[in-house]
Amino acid sequence: MINRIVVGAHYGLKDWLVQRVTAVIMAVYSVLIVAVLCAVKPSSFEAWQGVFANGLIKFLTFLFFVSLFYHAWIGVRDIWMDYVKPVGLRLTLHVLTATVLVGYTAWAAAILWRL
Amino acid sequence: MSKRTVQFSIYRYDPDKDDAPYMQDMSVELEPTDIKLLDALTKLKVKDDSLAYRRSCREGVCGSDAMNINGRNGLACLQNIDELKQPIKLRPLPGLPVIRDLIVDMTQFFKQYHSIKPYLINNDPPPERERLQSPEDREELNGLYECILCACCSTSCPTFWWNPDKFVGPAGLLAAYRFIADTRDQATNERLDNLEDPYRLFRCHTIMNCVDVCPKGLNPTQAIGKIKDMMVRRFV
Repeated sequence: MINRIVVGAHYGLKDWLVQRVTAVIMAVYSVLIVAVLCAVKPSSFEAWQGVFANGLIKFLTFLFFVSLFYHAWIGVRDIWMDYVKPVGLRLTLHVLTATVLVGYTAWAAAILWRL
Repeated sequence: MSKRTVQFSIYRYDPDKDDAPYMQDMSVELEPTDIKLLDALTKLKVKDDSLAYRRSCREGVCGSDAMNINGRNGLACLQNIDELKQPIKLRPLPGLPVIRDLIVDMTQFFKQYHSIKPYLINNDPPPERERLQSPEDREELNGLYECILCACCSTSCPTFWWNPDKFVGPAGLLAAYRFIADTRDQATNERLDNLEDPYRLFRCHTIMNCVDVCPKGLNPTQAIGKIKDMMVRRFV
């Protein structure tokens, strides 16, 4: 194949926006969870479990993890796009990254709802 | 200022003669009237006429004598020589192919610049006099039109080093916003479409080296931010 430079994928804005939104979600959650833990001061495993048994905390924690993984997806993909030039290798790394992150999301859900 | 001798360490490479580039120590005696780095380079060129660099206007308007001065991109004609630590290390702009000594091949840089269509697109019949703008609309072009395309910013940008063929670069994006912001231009949508790409625009990771080195004091990062703002406004 002739080595021509192809650009013009017409995406990027949504990812850029999502990266900012997820950053805000993570920042708000971090402040919130520290405040909750300071207020409750869980001293035992059961008390700690009790904090995360709360439906709202559970939802917010899951939201935090989804935000984290989406944020990480865009960030890690950017690293591959910056430094990995061979297209086949880059695509493989994209797929591996996405797979791992989807796995993490399922894992986070399993941990939270098993409580 | 008095007479003084200034020490240099200059990147030399002549592809016809040298196998590899090397740094050459040089020194030159300066007169009290020699103030800028370009004055010293002129004297060096008299001493050794094989030294190659670009220059033209010698007053920061043409952008020809951009080079890497003590590790930082800048214009030789605007750089006060006595502010520099010696030996003054001169290298060609990073990230572009070297033609000889301090002269780089700017083809890639200008290719990116041309890719954003750096001219006014307006299909209305030209009015009898000029196309008018309100003073407020004109205000937005300040800090954009002054770019002299010296390439100091793009060649200090790590993202441009990694993807010079795909990332438009700070200079190109500043110029792109100059036309997006222009109320007389009718191709705003096409211009935004042209930039909505993970490489062309969104490779910018706001490292801000461009702002740091711009010899004209311009802010490409802010212009890139404004392009993103406009895309968001169009999107939501």
